[in-house]
Amino acid sequence: MTGSMDLPAKGGFSFELCRRNDMLEKKGLKLPGFRKTGTTIVGLVFQDGVVLGADTRATEGPIVADKNCEKIHFMAPNIYCCGAGTAADTEAVTDMVSSQLQLHRYATGRESRVVTALTLLKSHLFRYQGHVSAALVLGGVDCTGPHLHTVYPHGSTDTLPFATMGSGSLAAMSVFESKYKEGLTREEGIQLVAEAICAGIFNDLGSGSNVDVCVITKGKTEYLRNHQLPNPRTYVSSKGYSFTKGQTEVLSTKITQLKQTAEVAEGGDAMEE
Amino acid sequence: MSIFEYNGSAVVAMVGKNCFAIASDRRLGVQLQTIATDFQRVFKIHDKLYIGLSGLATDAQTLHQRLVFRHKLYQLREERDMKPQTFASLVSALLYEKRFGPYFCQPVIAGLGDDNEPFICTMDCLGAKELAKDFVVSGTSSESLYGACESMYKPNMEPEELFETISQALNSSVDRDCLAGWGGYVLIVTPTEVKEHVIKGRMD
Repeated sequence: MTGSMDLPAKGGFSFELCRRNDMLEKKGLKLPGFRKTGTTIVGLVFQDGVVLGADTRATEGPIVADKNCEKIHFMAPNIYCCGAGTAADTEAVTDMVSSQLQLHRYATGRESRVVTALTLLKSHLFRYQGHVSAALVLGGVDCTGPHLHTVYPHGSTDTLPFATMGSGSLAAMSVFESKYKEGLTREEGIQLVAEAICAGIFNDLGSGSNVDVCVITKGKTEYLRNHQLPNPRTYVSSKGYSFTKGQTEVLSTKITQLKQTAEVAEGGDAMEE
Repeated sequence: MSIFEYNGSAVVAMVGKNCFAIASDRRLGVQLQTIATDFQRVFKIHDKLYIGLSGLATDAQTLHQRLVFRHKLYQLREERDMKPQTFASLVSALLYEKRFGPYFCQPVIAGLGDDNEPFICTMDCLGAKELAKDFVVSGTSSESLYGACESMYKPNMEPEELFETISQALNSSVDRDCLAGWGGYVLIVTPTEVKEHVIKGRMD
């Protein structure tokens, strides 16, 4: 079977191992759980643009795999997307659409529009009928104004003035429903988003750690990574563990010296003929 | 039983001062029976880049062969070694390609960048990257490893201290896992040399 190994694949999904995996499942071996971002992601429209927010916890079952992951993904300089669901799916789908938008910008010579990103995302997700498990909050400002959309794993979308997704969405939505009003200023918008994310962090077990915020206005985007750190690590042992040299029993050692890269001196004399 | 617990594994990587360490256990088992106690889980890609593959052993070996193949093609085309960040993206893409029929492997990638800045990352079996500045863990002992590394890790450790810390973290974690252990293999990489140690552990 040399064919499958010869060339790197041309892109898209490959279903080579499906038959083998089905056989293993029938023999009683359970398929693994994937890393999810049981999450709180939010977005709202304020007077000058859009504010997006997300928590930073990535879980693998009940265990926290990453205490400070990034859930606000870059799509275009004026468009960002928060992702909830299977971590690999949100990363892959936002990267893919971001590249497609870049190619589109080169082809058209214009700034990307939020509806373009929206259509690319929804058509990809619909094609895979919900098996690509990515729930997204897409926001940005283009020549037609500020836009905020939610995209569900099956490919449906909503256009809203404020939106929340993920396992912490109910906690965050309760904050928005009570305090949102039209025509918020930038500070009020950031404050409200941070409050909504904190509601998710403290009340939802799948969300936690820090608050990331992204503010998009016409011509300017600010990504405030770790805007708030409401969960600092306070139990650090002052002495820490210190292991003396030779504490571990070693059976064998092999040391390999690495070759140093040689610098080629410029401007030397050319060799004589 | 889960597919990840078929063979049993433990892999951990830690960042030190201008160096990194990557370690794994050495057991290969078929569910509860031990087949080998010298199984290699940490593979070299180039002098300053290593990948540890936990999970199903056959997928680990297949994935290693495919990655070495892709890296050799890259070396022929670009006439240089791959940067760790680039390699991590390559592994992520290779794993995500098999989204609906995945390789049952969780890689741990560790390397020194161009400026000898250490880089570590891990992924789940679908390729979701997790970059960390301190340590990454993977395998059946991952929960114990998280706890041990969280307490024992200190930033900016010198290579000798890093070796002791990662060995102690690995040994204490696999001692609480029936499916991993039977010795340990620890690799410390600094800009000038690579040290491989086989460490003694409980053989039960």
